[in-house]
Amino acid sequence: MPLITRTFIKTGLIAFVLALIAGVITAARSLLPLPSFVAGLTPIYFHLFMVGWVLQLIMGIVYWMFPKYSREKPRGHDELAWAAYALLNGGLLLRVIGEPALAAAPEGPWGVLLAASAVLQWLAGLLFVVNTWPRVKER
Amino acid sequence: MPRLTVWFVRSSLMYLLLGFTLGALMLWNKGAPIHPLLWRLLPAHMEFLLLGWTLQLAMGVAFWILPRFMTKRGNVKLAWAAFVLLNLGVWLAGVGPVLGAPAWVTVLGRGAELGAAATFTLHAWPRVKPLMPEASSSR
Repeated sequence: MPLITRTFIKTGLIAFVLALIAGVITAARSLLPLPSFVAGLTPIYFHLFMVGWVLQLIMGIVYWMFPKYSREKPRGHDELAWAAYALLNGGLLLRVIGEPALAAAPEGPWGVLLAASAVLQWLAGLLFVVNTWPRVKER
Repeated sequence: MPRLTVWFVRSSLMYLLLGFTLGALMLWNKGAPIHPLLWRLLPAHMEFLLLGWTLQLAMGVAFWILPRFMTKRGNVKLAWAAFVLLNLGVWLAGVGPVLGAPAWVTVLGRGAELGAAATFTLHAWPRVKPLMPEASSSR
């Protein structure tokens, strides 16, 4: 298993656990008087699960298992894969900070984090598609 | 990779990019408001990413790697029908609400998605099988 795949999957596993922690805290809102930033955890729960875990697991496995790009570069462009990894996780991290912060202080400057998160994650998706597309081919 | 898998996976990659684009627009709009109507993109964002991307990728890979009958993949027409129905359903159920289409459009879309599930199940069911007798006896 290549290093980038292991990195994707292990980061995905951490996101999986964090997502479910967010899920527990979100569910506990109906039982406990929790601070206002917890309201921002609902989208965090869903996106840590679907982007941090499911998508990242898929990205790691696709990079590992899909047909070879070429003999010289069997897995396509490594630098694109690493850039996608960094952008996706950087974007997710900004969202994990920005959503609860914005929920706690809607008038604060936290919206910038969400806008930056949107750009980083979109770029990650674009780079993943660009790197994967040529490996999707008939034998 | 068989031809149908190429169609499934390339379509799924396009939905990933479309879904990420809509998601990025909504996330940016949450942090730095552009227009309140952008929230209407949510059904398309969810439909594109859950069914168009994740489900379609899984179906394409399953068609590729599930056990074969010697060299054949069983009733391939059913799997092609699933591909057509799924994509029809994603557009009707995902884009219909965004464009303000009547409710029956969404119902029709969900019906097409149900048809995709049914035809893919009929295709895949016989391929979920134990090893060939001669192969299993040697283990």
